[in-house]
Amino acid sequence: MNTNSAQPLVPKNYTRTALALHWVVAGVIICAFSLGLVVSDLPFSPQKLKLMAYHKWLGITVLALVAIRGIWRLTHQPPAMPPMPAWQQIGAKFTHGLMYALMFAIPFTGWLFSSATGYRVVYLQLIPLPNLVAKNKLLGEALGDIHATFAWLMFYVLLLHVAAALKHHFFDRDDTLRRMLRWRHS
Amino acid sequence: MSRNISSRAAALGIVLLALSAAAADAPVNAAKSSVTATFSQMKVAVDAPFKQFRGAVDFDPAKPAQAKAHLEIDTASFDLGDEDYNSEVRKPAWFDSAHFPKATFDASGVKSLGGTKYEASGTLSLKGKTQALTVPMTLKTEGDTAAFDGAVTISRAYFNIGDDEWKDTVADPVTIKFHIVVPPKH
Repeated sequence: MNTNSAQPLVPKNYTRTALALHWVVAGVIICAFSLGLVVSDLPFSPQKLKLMAYHKWLGITVLALVAIRGIWRLTHQPPAMPPMPAWQQIGAKFTHGLMYALMFAIPFTGWLFSSATGYRVVYLQLIPLPNLVAKNKLLGEALGDIHATFAWLMFYVLLLHVAAALKHHFFDRDDTLRRMLRWRHS
Repeated sequence: MSRNISSRAAALGIVLLALSAAAADAPVNAAKSSVTATFSQMKVAVDAPFKQFRGAVDFDPAKPAQAKAHLEIDTASFDLGDEDYNSEVRKPAWFDSAHFPKATFDASGVKSLGGTKYEASGTLSLKGKTQALTVPMTLKTEGDTAAFDGAVTISRAYFNIGDDEWKDTVADPVTIKFHIVVPPKH
């Protein structure tokens, strides 16, 4: 009996790995998104090509981290949601699912986009990634549009995500945001 | 009336073609041939074709030393797959296509290296500069056509292609690859 209660099935906290992955991925995504916005409006110049390369490296970093994050999430149960109406729980699950899908789809379509325009991604100027599709102008244009549309969708979903976290913290005064910041488990 | 003129022009064209054939030069089959430049942009190998070129080859495998070839490439037809990029490389800092619309390669003398391997000696003229080049190539005869395949690496700086500000983004060596298809000399 005692052993059972000492080992709760649902953990109270996120693991530190989960916290670190959440904030690091968030940071890299914000950098990649901002850089993508700036680069797409720049006139052709050496700076544009450099920043474009950095944008691609950030995106591939997100892809790699999200793969780790996805595996971690599937193998480590997150804490239970604080008490909230069912529609909010469903909404949160849907939003999180959509964010995971986009965190994968945005860098992946970016990689496809780069391949289709004939520019191989060479990660950090060190690791040449395989071209996922052959060079194809029309396909490249379509993939560029899809990549940008997904990125903007992520922007709005992220706004919703942040707004919900702040609402839980300041209005509902529950543990939702705090548990994502709690590095030391009490 | 206009139909008459165009048919006369066509007839003239045929006469000119017949004359060039009489000079024993085999015209390059541009539709089946390709001339491509490969360069490294931040360690990303970029392949881009010249879409417009023409030329003639006078080559007898029995007398390679007397071989002659002339190739004329429109610098404005360099296609990086993006109109912004294409218009950039036509500017004075790069090809300066307005002043130097054509790059030419004149080969005089081919050395047999045994088997299907040959080495052509010639001169490349590009953006007002000339350079003597030895170009290794292979010859493949198939049915009624002959195909020359080869590659040669040149220095961008030597021909003043590209400003200093591009030094860090686009590497100096550029490899010109060609696949030249001609009807065989009878």
